[in-house]
Amino acid sequence: MDFFVQQLVNGLTLGSVYALLALGYSIVYGILKLLNFAHGEVYMMGAFAGYFVLIGLGGPASPAVPVALVLVLMFLAGALSAGLLGVAIERFAYRPLRDAPRIAPLITALGMSFFLQSTALLLFGADVRSMDTSAMISPSTGIHVGPLDISLVRILVIVSAALLMVALMLFVGRTKLGKAMRAVAYDREAAEMMGVDVNRTIVAAFFIGSILAGVAGVMVGLVFDRVWHLMGFTAGLKAFTAAVIGGIGNIPGAMLGGLLIGLAEAFSAGYISSTFQNLIVFGLLILVMLVRPSGLLGTPALEKV
Amino acid sequence: MSQVGVDEWVARAEERRERRGGPLGRAEAAWDALPPVARLVLFAALVASVPFITDSDFVIRVGVNTLLLGMLALGLNIVVGWAGLLDLGYIAFYGFGAYSYALLASDQIDVHLSSWLAILIVVVASALLGLLLGLPSRRLIGDYLAIVTLFFGQIFVEVVVNLDRVTLPGSDSPIDITGGPNGIPGVDPIVLLGFEFLTPTDYFYLTLGVLVVLIAALYLVDNSRTGRAWRAIREDPLAASLMTMPVKRLKLLAFVCGAAVAGLAGTIFAALQIGVFPRNFETPFLILIYAAVILGGAGSIKGMLAGAAVVGISFELLRQPSDASWIFYGGVLLALVVTVRPWRVLAAVLAATAALGLALHALLAAVWPEAVAGAPRADWALSGAIDNWMALPADPKAAGNWAFVALIGVVLWLTQASRRTRLLVLPLLLYLGSFVWENRLLLDPSVTRLLMVGAILIVVMSLRPAGLFGAKRIEVM
Repeated sequence: MDFFVQQLVNGLTLGSVYALLALGYSIVYGILKLLNFAHGEVYMMGAFAGYFVLIGLGGPASPAVPVALVLVLMFLAGALSAGLLGVAIERFAYRPLRDAPRIAPLITALGMSFFLQSTALLLFGADVRSMDTSAMISPSTGIHVGPLDISLVRILVIVSAALLMVALMLFVGRTKLGKAMRAVAYDREAAEMMGVDVNRTIVAAFFIGSILAGVAGVMVGLVFDRVWHLMGFTAGLKAFTAAVIGGIGNIPGAMLGGLLIGLAEAFSAGYISSTFQNLIVFGLLILVMLVRPSGLLGTPALEKV
Repeated sequence: MSQVGVDEWVARAEERRERRGGPLGRAEAAWDALPPVARLVLFAALVASVPFITDSDFVIRVGVNTLLLGMLALGLNIVVGWAGLLDLGYIAFYGFGAYSYALLASDQIDVHLSSWLAILIVVVASALLGLLLGLPSRRLIGDYLAIVTLFFGQIFVEVVVNLDRVTLPGSDSPIDITGGPNGIPGVDPIVLLGFEFLTPTDYFYLTLGVLVVLIAALYLVDNSRTGRAWRAIREDPLAASLMTMPVKRLKLLAFVCGAAVAGLAGTIFAALQIGVFPRNFETPFLILIYAAVILGGAGSIKGMLAGAAVVGISFELLRQPSDASWIFYGGVLLALVVTVRPWRVLAAVLAATAALGLALHALLAAVWPEAVAGAPRADWALSGAIDNWMALPADPKAAGNWAFVALIGVVLWLTQASRRTRLLVLPLLLYLGSFVWENRLLLDPSVTRLLMVGAILIVVMSLRPAGLFGAKRIEVM
C-alpha cells in the first residue's frame, strides 16, 4: 500500500508537469494546427533560466533572500524567458510560413528544436546541472501521515500546476482574448472577418503556452534535480502524446492525458520496469490511435473541404 | 500546340515553372537537356573517378558516408518529397536494417547467411516494419504520422540499448540479442558474385552501384503512374481521392518503399563499419538526412544528391578546424557574392568589414591587450591575417557565448529591417559572425556541426522552401 501511494504521488507530480506541457502543445495546435516540436526546448530553456536565477541568488544552500522569494523569482524567470522565447520563435520562424504547405512549418519546428538543443549545449555545456533542492527545502517538511509521505516540493508542484490549469480554463473561458483564441481555433478566416486580431491571438497563444512550459521546466528542475540540454526532447514527445491521447486541441483533454501519462509512467516504473517506460507510453499512443483516434475527450474531426 | 487528349493547362505546365537565371540557371538547363541515361552515366563516372584521384583513406570514408547519405535522402524523398508524409522515424528503419543484417551475419546469434539472402530478408523485413508502423497512424495524416514515427525512432534506440538481457519465458538465464550499448561487433563483409567487399574503396563502389540502380529505378517511378499519384496526394489528397486514387494505400506504399531503401542502406552501413552501435542511429543523424533533403529540395532526385553532397561533405569537414575555416569563410563569401549586388557594393562591404576589424584590433591592442592576447584556433592559410584582424581574447568562452546570443539577436532584427539598414549593418554582422566563429564555434566542432544542421533546416525553409532544386509549386488558376 505504501508503495502504491508513493507511486501515485510520483505519477501525479510527473503528470502535472506533462499536463502543463501538453497544454502548450494543445493551445498552439488548436489555433495553428502546428505541431510545435520546439515546445520541449522552450521548457528546457525555462528550466535553465530558473537554475541560473537560483545560482545568481547565492545557490540553494545559502540564498541571499528568503527561500519563498527565491522560488517565486525562479518561477517568474522561467516563465518569462520561456514566454519570450516562444513568442520569438513564432514571430521569426513560424509566421513567415503560415500559409505554406503543412509540412513546411513542421520541418522548421524540427530544425528549431534541434537548433535550440544545440544552442543550449554550446552555451551551457553537456553537464547535468542539479538544483539541489533538498539543501533549500528540507525533504522532511511536507505531509507524513501513515503511508502518506509527500515532500513539500511535490505538494508545491501539484498545487501550483492545478492552480495554473484552473487559471488557464478561466482565461480561455471568460476573457475576451480567450474567446478570440477559441474563435481563431474554430475558424481563423471567419474570426478575422469578425475583427479578431489573429496575429495578436496567435502570439498570445504562444506566450501562454510557453509560460506554462517554463513553469513546468522549473518544477522538474526542483523535483527531479536534473537540468540539462536534452531534457526537453523526450518530455516534449511525451507531453505531445498526452495531448493526442486527451484529444488534441482540447484543454481538459490535455490535462487528463498529461495525468494519465504521468501515472502510467510512474506505475510502470514501479511495478514493471523502468527501462521500458517510453515503450509503454508509446503503446498507449498506438492503442488510443487504433481505438479512439480523436483522443479521449476530443470530438471526431470533420474534414473541411 | 497541345497534344490530342491532353489538357492545355497540363501540357503547358512546364512553361509556368519558375526558371533560374544566370550562369547557374544555364548550367542547370544544359544538364536537364541531356538524355537521362547520359546524366546518370556522367554522374557515376564523376563519382567513380574519386578513388583514382586520391588514395587518402579519409576522403574515401567521407565519400562512402556521403553516398550512403545520398541513398537515405533518396529514400526519404519518396516519403517526404513525393508523398508529402513527414516520417520522423526514418532513422529507425536505417538502424533496423543495420541491426538485422548484423544479426543475420555475425557471431551474435551465430547465424551467417549468404549476403544475397540476408539482404533480401533485411529489405523485406524493413518494408514490413514500415507497414506495421504506418497502419495505425490515423489514416497517415501528417501530424499523427510525425508524432508516431518520431516516438518510434526514440523507442528504437532505447529498445536496442536494452535488448541485451532479455529473459525469455521458460529459460532462466537472460540472453543478449543486440549487445546493448556496446552494439554488435564483427559483422560479416558483404559477398556478392564471389567478390568479398573488404576495404572502404570496395564499399565506395558497392554503394555507388546501388545508388545508380536506385536513381534509375526512382527516375522511372517518378515518371510512372504511381509517381504521379504520389505527387497528386501530396498536393491535394481530397482531389486525388475524388480521382479514385487509393490515397491511403498510396501513402502506405510510399512509406514502405522509403523504409525498404533505408533498410538496404543500413545493411551496407553495418558491413562497412563491421559492426553496429546504438549511437549511430540517434536523432542528430535523422536531422542530417532531413537537412540534405530540404537543402536539395524535396521532390527532386538531383536535388537529393546535391543536398547529400553539400551536407555530408561539410558535416565531415567541420571536424577539422582548418577545413572548417575554409568552409565557413568560403560559405560566407559565396553567400555574399550571390546576395549582394552590384559588385561595387559587395567590394565596399568587404572593405568596410576588413577596415572595421583592423581598427578595432588596433584600438583593443592599445587600451585592453587581454582582448587580443589569444591565438587563432585554426591553422590554415589565413591564420596570420585573422590574428591581426579579429579580437581573440585569451579566454574566449564567455565572450563567445555572449557574442553568439548577440549574433542571433542581430540576425533576427535584420530580417525585419529595410535593405538599406541591412547593408549598413552588414560589415558589423560579418565581424560579429567571425568573432563567434573564431572564439566559440571553432572550440567545439562537434556542437558546431549540430548547430549547422539545425540552422540549415530553419534558414532554407524560410528563405527558399523549394531548396536548391525542388520544384516551386505551380500556381493553380
